[in-house]
Amino acid sequence: MEDYIIRVENLTKKFGSFTANDNLSFFVRKGEVFGFLGANGAGKTTAIRILCGLLKPTSGNIEVAGYDVSRQSNKVKKNIGYMSQKFSLYEDMTIKENFRFYGGIYGMSGKAIREKTEHYLHKLGLEKEKNTVISSLPLGWKQKLAFSVAIMHDPRIIFLDEPTGGVDPITRRQFWEMIYEAAASGITVFVTTHYMDEAEYCQRVSIMVDGRIEALNTPEKLKEQFRVDSMEDVFIKLARGQQ
Amino acid sequence: MRTILFILQKEFIQIFRNKTMLPIIFVVPLVQLMVLSYTATFEIKNVNLFIVDQDNSPASRNLASKFKGSPFYTVVDFSVSYIVAEEALINNKTDQILQIPPGFEKGIISHKESNLQVTTNAINGSAASLMSAYALSIIKDYNSNIIVEQLGLRHPPDPIRISSAFWYNPELNYFTYMVPGILVLLVTIISAFLSAMNIVREKEIGTIEQINVTPIRKYQFIVGKLIPFWFIALFELAFGLILAKLMFDIPMLGSLGLIFFVAGVYILVTLGLGLLISTLTNTQQQSMFLTYFFMIIFILMSGLFTPVQSMPEWAQWLNKLNPIAYFIDVMRMVLLKGSVFSDISKQFFSLLGLAVLLNMLAVWRYRKVA
Amino acid sequence: MKGFIIKEFYHIFRDVRTMVILFGMPVVQVLIFGFAISTEIKDAEIAILDYSRDNMSLELSNKIISSDYFILSENLEDESQIEKVFQAGKVKEVIIFGDHFARNLEKEQSASIQIIADASDPNTANLLVNYTTGIIRNYMAEKMGEQGMPIEIKTEYKMLFNPELKSVFMFIPGTITVLLMLVSAMMTSISIAREKELGTMEVLLVSPLKPIQIVLGKVIPYVVLSFVNAITILLLAFFVFGMPVQGSVILLLAESLLFIIMALALGIFISTVSNSQQTAMMLSMFALMLPTILLSGFIFPIENMPEVLQWLCNLMPTKWFIIIVKDIMLKGVGLAHIWQETLIIIGMTILFIGLSIKKFKIRLE
Repeated sequence: MEDYIIRVENLTKKFGSFTANDNLSFFVRKGEVFGFLGANGAGKTTAIRILCGLLKPTSGNIEVAGYDVSRQSNKVKKNIGYMSQKFSLYEDMTIKENFRFYGGIYGMSGKAIREKTEHYLHKLGLEKEKNTVISSLPLGWKQKLAFSVAIMHDPRIIFLDEPTGGVDPITRRQFWEMIYEAAASGITVFVTTHYMDEAEYCQRVSIMVDGRIEALNTPEKLKEQFRVDSMEDVFIKLARGQQ
Repeated sequence: MRTILFILQKEFIQIFRNKTMLPIIFVVPLVQLMVLSYTATFEIKNVNLFIVDQDNSPASRNLASKFKGSPFYTVVDFSVSYIVAEEALINNKTDQILQIPPGFEKGIISHKESNLQVTTNAINGSAASLMSAYALSIIKDYNSNIIVEQLGLRHPPDPIRISSAFWYNPELNYFTYMVPGILVLLVTIISAFLSAMNIVREKEIGTIEQINVTPIRKYQFIVGKLIPFWFIALFELAFGLILAKLMFDIPMLGSLGLIFFVAGVYILVTLGLGLLISTLTNTQQQSMFLTYFFMIIFILMSGLFTPVQSMPEWAQWLNKLNPIAYFIDVMRMVLLKGSVFSDISKQFFSLLGLAVLLNMLAVWRYRKVA
Repeated sequence: MKGFIIKEFYHIFRDVRTMVILFGMPVVQVLIFGFAISTEIKDAEIAILDYSRDNMSLELSNKIISSDYFILSENLEDESQIEKVFQAGKVKEVIIFGDHFARNLEKEQSASIQIIADASDPNTANLLVNYTTGIIRNYMAEKMGEQGMPIEIKTEYKMLFNPELKSVFMFIPGTITVLLMLVSAMMTSISIAREKELGTMEVLLVSPLKPIQIVLGKVIPYVVLSFVNAITILLLAFFVFGMPVQGSVILLLAESLLFIIMALALGIFISTVSNSQQTAMMLSMFALMLPTILLSGFIFPIENMPEVLQWLCNLMPTKWFIIIVKDIMLKGVGLAHIWQETLIIIGMTILFIGLSIKKFKIRLE
C-alpha cells in the first residue's frame, strides 16, 4: 500500500462528448521508472496533465505523492517536477538565470539554488556556459538542462512528456542515464514516449489505446503475453487489435 | 512575497535583454511627442486664396490687398474667370475663392450695397467654417474702413464693451492643450500593448505550462508580471513630462504628486485590460489586434482630439467606461489649471472602480483558462 | 493554386477573433466617426456672474443660455469662485456682467461684459468667445434698433462639396484608407512572417508551386477581404450618412484596387525584411499605422504641419490615396484630375515589388 506514490482509480475525462480518458486505473510504485505509452491522440497528454494538476478530471480518485490532485493541487505541485514536450526554459535568459528563477518559485533558499546550479552545471560539464543565453545552445543541451531544472527542487515524482522528441540517439542515451540516476536517488519517473526502444528501459509500461489502458506490466511480461520479441511489436499488435 | 520577487527579477531580465525594448521605451515617447504634437492640430495658419476680381477697380484692389496683408492668407492666383478659380479649387491649388463681381466699387460709391462671394472647399467642415470666419472678419474690417473713409464717420463705439480673457493659456497655444493628452496615450500604449502581448507570449512558447505545474499561485504570477510594466509606464510618464517641459514648456500648475498618484491607478486599469485581452487570445497577433481595436475606440472617443461635450448623449454615456477619457481630463485639469484632488475625485474613483473591475475579471478569466 | 488560395481563406476565416476585428472594426470606426466625433461645439457649460441682476442682464443671459451652444451650469456670487469652477472642470466659460448693466446701457451707452474662457482647450475657448460675442452683438443690434450700416458689403458664403459641413465627409475617405492599409499590408506581412516562423514557408517553397504562385495565393484572399471592407464602408457612408459618390464608382473601385495592390506589395516587402511575427507587427504598427493616421491628412490637415513633416507626408502613399478618394467622391472629378496621384501610387507599387524581389533573391543565394 505505502509503496504506491501515484494512485489512479477510475479516472475519466471528457471534453464535451469526447472521452479522452476512459475509466483509467493504475498505480505507480515509489522509485519506479514508469513508461506511459500510446499512439498520438490516445489520451496520454490529457492524463499527464490531470496528474500534474493542470486539468481537472471529470470523475475518479487520483492521488499523487499522497495528495488528492483535485483538492490539494498546490501540495501536489510542490512535490512534482514536470518537463513538457514543448521546450520550457526561457530562451532569452542565461542558464544560471533559469535555474535561479525556477528554484526561486519552488521556494528554495538562495544557498540551495546556488549549490544545485553548480551541481548540475558540473555534471553536465557546462560550467563555462553558465552565463550563456539558452537560445544559443544546441537542442540536446537544452533538453538536458530542462531536465535538471525540473528536478532541482528534489521532487518526489518527475513527469516527462515526450522528453526526447527530436534529439539524436547519443543525447537520448545520455538523457536516459540521467533518468536512471534520478530514479536511483529515489525520484519516481513517469515518462511518456514514442520510441519503443525507450519503453524497454522502463521498469513497467502501460499502453493506452483510444483513451483506455489496454496493457500494463513489465516489458518482459508484455512481450511474453503477446508472444513477440520487442515492445514495438507489442504496441503494433495492440493498436491493430483495436481496429 | 519571495516568489513574486523571483518573478520580478525574471521579468526585468527579459525586458531589458530584449533589444527592441529599450528603443520602445525611450524613442517612442520622443517620436510621439514630436510628431503628434506638431500634427495633431486643427488650427489653420494658412489659407490659400484665389481672387477673382471682375471689377478691377481701386476698391476691389484695395480689398484684395487686405487679404494679401493678412497673416492667415496666401494669395495664390488672380483671374477674372470664376471657372478658372473653381478649377484651381478642384485641383487643390487653393482653399478659398474670393469673387469680386463687376460693379463692386460702384455700389460702394453710390452708398448702396455691394456684393461679394466667398467659396470655400468644405470637405473638411471645421476647417471650412474657420476659413469663412477669417474671410468674414477681413471683409468686416474693410467695410468699417470704407464707412470711415467715404463718409468721414467715426464708427460709433459699441454700447456694450465686451472684453474677453483666456485663462490658463492666454496665447491659445495648441501644444499646451495636446501634450498632456499625448502623454496619456504614451503611457496607455506602452502598458496595454506590452502587458497584453507578454502573457500570450508565454502561452505561445509554452513556458506557461511549466509555470502552471509549479506551486506558484495565480495571483503571484500576475502580480509579478504586471509590476514591471507598472514601473515602466510610470517611468515613461516621468520621462514624457520632462520632455514636455523641455520641448514645449507645458505649464505644470498642479501637484505632480497627484498626477503620479492618479497615474498609478490608471496604469492598473490599462494593465488589467491588457491582461484580460491576453486571457482571451492565444496568439500575439490576436492580442495585438484586439488591443488595437479597443485603443482606437477609446482614443477617438476620449476627447483627445475633439470635445467630449459635443458628442451625442449615448457616446457620452459610453465614455463613462473609457479610462483614457478620465485620465486625459485629470492630466489637463491638474497640469494646466492646477486642479486639486476634490476637483478630480469623480475621475479618480471611476478609474479605481474600473481598475478593480478589470483586474478581477482578468484574474477570474485567467483561473478558468489555466 | 486554387487549393492554395482556399487554404489561405481557411486560415483567415477559422480565426474568428481576427474576423470579428477585421469586419467589426470598419463598421465601428465609421459609426463612431459619423455619430460621435464632431468638431462643432454644442451644449458647453458656462457660469454667469451677474453683478447687476437687472432686467437687461437677465434678458441677455437668457438669450445666451437658450442658444444651442450653451447650458448654464451655475450662477456665481463673486470673482473668487471663477478659479474654482474652472478647476472643477465642467465650466468652460464665465460671463461677467458689470454693475448697473441696464442703467449704463440705456443712459450712458456704455455697459460692460467680460468673458473669461478656460483656454486650456484653446480651440473650444476661442469658439465659445466668438459665439458669445456674436449673441451679445445681436442683442445690441436688437436693442439699439436696426440702424444698419450706411454702406454694406453683403457677402455670400458658398460651401463647396460639403454644404452641410458634415465631419463624416472628411473622415470616410481616411477610414477607408486606414482599413485597406491595415488589412492589406499588416495582415499579409504578419501572415507571411507567420509561415516563415512556423517553417511552413519552406514546405511551400519546395513544392512545385512557383514563387509567384505562392505570393499570389497568399495575397488574393486579402485583396478580396479588403475589397469587401471598402464596399462595406462605402455603403455605410451612403445609406447611414448620406455621403454621395459624385464621380464614377468604377473609377473609385479601380483606384481602390490599385491602392490595395500597393499595400500588399508593401506588406510583402515588410515580411521580407522581418523574420518574426513580432517584428512584422512592430514594423507594421509603427511604420504604417501611425503615419497613416497622422501624416496623411486623415484627421489633421497637412498644410498646417511644419515643413519637414509636410515633406514626410509626401512619402506616404496614404496621403495620395486620400486625395484621390476625396476628389472622386466629393468633387466628382475624373481621371484627368487625379492622374498624378495615380501615377505616384503606381510608382510606389513598382518600387515595393522591386525591393521585395531583390530581397527575396538575396535570401535564396
